[in-house]
Amino acid sequence: MSKYPNLALFAGTGAGLVVMTVLAINFADRNIAPIPDNNPTVALVIPGGGADEAPAGGLIVGAAAASDGSGGTYGLGRPALPEEIAAWDLDVMPDGTGLPEGSGDVWTGEEVFAEKCAACHGDFAEGTGNWPKLAGGWDTLADKDPVKTVGSYWPYLSTVWDYIHRSMPFGAAQTLEVDEVYAMVAYILYSNDLVDEDFTLTHENFLEVEMPNADGFIVDDRAETEYPMWRTEPCMENCKDSVEITMRATVLDVTPAEEGSAEEAFETDAAIVNEDQPEAVEEAAMEESASEDTGAEALDPELVAAGENVFKKCRACHQVGEGAKHRTGPSLNGIVGHPAGAAEGFKYSRDMQAAGEDGLVWTEEELTAFLAKPKAYMSGTKMTFAGLRKEDDLAAVIEYLKSFPED
Amino acid sequence: MSNDRTAGTSRRAFLRGSVAAAAGAVAAGSARAQDADPLITEVQDWASGFGAGVDEVPYGLPIEFESDVIRRNVEWLTADTISSINFTPIHALDGTITPQGCAFERHHSGAIELKKEDYRLMINGLVETPLVFTYADLERFPRENHVYFCECAANTGMEWAGAQLNGAQFTHGMIHNMEYTGVPLRTLLAEAGLGDDLADKWVYVEGADASSNGRSIPMEKALDDVLVAFKANGEALRKEHGYPVRLVVPGWEGNMWVKWIRRIEVTSGPVESREETSKYTDTLADGTSRKWTWVMDAKSVVTSPSPQMPITHGHGPLVITGMAWSGHGRITRVDVSRDGGMTWETARLANEGENKALTRFYLDTTWAGEEMLLQSRAMDETGYVQPTKAQLREVRGENSIYHNNCIQTWHVKANGEAENVEVS
Repeated sequence: MSKYPNLALFAGTGAGLVVMTVLAINFADRNIAPIPDNNPTVALVIPGGGADEAPAGGLIVGAAAASDGSGGTYGLGRPALPEEIAAWDLDVMPDGTGLPEGSGDVWTGEEVFAEKCAACHGDFAEGTGNWPKLAGGWDTLADKDPVKTVGSYWPYLSTVWDYIHRSMPFGAAQTLEVDEVYAMVAYILYSNDLVDEDFTLTHENFLEVEMPNADGFIVDDRAETEYPMWRTEPCMENCKDSVEITMRATVLDVTPAEEGSAEEAFETDAAIVNEDQPEAVEEAAMEESASEDTGAEALDPELVAAGENVFKKCRACHQVGEGAKHRTGPSLNGIVGHPAGAAEGFKYSRDMQAAGEDGLVWTEEELTAFLAKPKAYMSGTKMTFAGLRKEDDLAAVIEYLKSFPED
Repeated sequence: MSNDRTAGTSRRAFLRGSVAAAAGAVAAGSARAQDADPLITEVQDWASGFGAGVDEVPYGLPIEFESDVIRRNVEWLTADTISSINFTPIHALDGTITPQGCAFERHHSGAIELKKEDYRLMINGLVETPLVFTYADLERFPRENHVYFCECAANTGMEWAGAQLNGAQFTHGMIHNMEYTGVPLRTLLAEAGLGDDLADKWVYVEGADASSNGRSIPMEKALDDVLVAFKANGEALRKEHGYPVRLVVPGWEGNMWVKWIRRIEVTSGPVESREETSKYTDTLADGTSRKWTWVMDAKSVVTSPSPQMPITHGHGPLVITGMAWSGHGRITRVDVSRDGGMTWETARLANEGENKALTRFYLDTTWAGEEMLLQSRAMDETGYVQPTKAQLREVRGENSIYHNNCIQTWHVKANGEAENVEVS
């Protein structure tokens, strides 16, 4: 479906007044060569109209690059096919332009959210760890530490729908069905007390949802509120009577230590500082990685290398190797041959923990089945990953995992 | 023992506050040593044997002695390194061009690997003919070279509420400055045909990675100086900077410089994507937020001496250096204060300021061990003077997160050590 059947329809409705920049564009010479010898002189005014969101004055493009209205001038590229445009042009604008037809209710949304989002955003969209909170935070924007959520901050519902549809879940973007997105947005609205529990969000009532902070934004007004004050001749002498230190960074002590640097390596063996140390450190590192292989069955290095590439799909949530920690998912060191749901310090789904207690061990066969279609293998798993379709990828990633022994 | 190592160790010692060790290093490095220097009087290995052959390093990295000049991240800043940022080691660099290998990275879904052969750029929306370009197509358009700085809007953002991170790399390292080769966006838009009526038109630019990062840019900027770039500092873009093709939006916040750019849509208004509503908007003290704060105002910082670059050479000649930049155009002047802003002296610009690019400044001076409250203050061609943090807070409060271009203060102590401080 074309996004541009009725261009004139673009106007602020429902989700808030859409801010428009008024352009007064004057093509002084529209027939000049498409690539001028020199950059065209472009005098422009950055929009900055103040609180009424109407930019003061217009924008003048003195002599823009030629666009002679006839389209291509170099004959490069090829026309984009409608199905190609449909595949990539997914963005949704505040007036609903680009929003596909569909619907989803709060309760469906809660299920989808628990399955695909709660690991990071919390069961109630309250956020876990450093991950974003999606709900709450009302009336905090003027506080010392504002809590910016969909409910407290986001001005347009279209942004929520569009972002989830194109960019979430983290690590498995663009895998959600349209109706799932509607349902998740409905659930997030519900978590923010913006709709009732029996609410169903559809393309038809989409613009009726009122976002609490829709009027909370002004267009950049630095040109009025700051530049006139700070475009002055600066003071050079006797600018103040005295100066006192009011705060020191070292008191907080939140600056990372320069670990991993050559200097650090020298320090660890401070008694000797000689030319050979970097090599010594490298050798130690190599020995370490060599020792990782000893004891394990012989691995196919090519398959391991291929698996490392496949593992990129897993890295957003899982760590392996030296110092691997639990992240969204557990550390996977030594996972092959290890009981399921048993990595210390990781909070598994109820199902995964139960399966481990019932004796499930991650043999290569079990892992292959799990990774091919995680949800089909274990419906309650917290892992949002859709699965590896290719058998080669499955074999490779398991070989790669085998190269990391248990800590 | 080589001098390089001595310097490295002493710098590290300074960071730990071990003054005695540093003083020893200063003495050892002094040219006034009474004994003959064995580095001169004895034949060194490198002066007798072989170095590396030309077949050993097909593509070179910095020598091992520089292995501390690297990007660093701050773990507590973000939930996950896949969607995070690291910092350019600006404290250890000089000149203006940032080497790609240590230029800061900001990803929302990790740095992807996208081959030139798999690269497609679509132009669609309100154009006469929606087009698809391959990488090879882009190389056939007339192209231009320009040096521009790219600064994350959140650079110095951790310092709003007070001095927090102890190092120029961490307070000001979300910036790099490269020479880009690319095709003006206006050329590609003209190829697709913009028609006559450009009033109220915008372009929405979007990346190919899983974050689908997208930003809306008003048409007059799109037709002005935006580049669709495929080379930086003469070579292909690095993976982490958007290989094979990224957008360059001179003077505007780094988030708009969409990496792995795959689509440019001409629209009738802003999309109001996540990155231009929930993020990259600047909340003021009263709770309202500024949006479309695209331009990076004039800013500067002293890079040495600084917390990671203490003075280790003792008293006498001292080079104070730093960098300055403005999204409004050229830097025309930089002043330096050694007393926390009571008196200022004008620094020497290494080169005349360039449009929306970094300018290097020097203050060639002498130091007798006096404590300093070092500051720098940039001015650009619009007459704008870099404000103090107090001036910024007066207008914006402390919750803006983005666009903190305040004057930075380093407290340089008698032993040469430096600390990030805030002053009255």
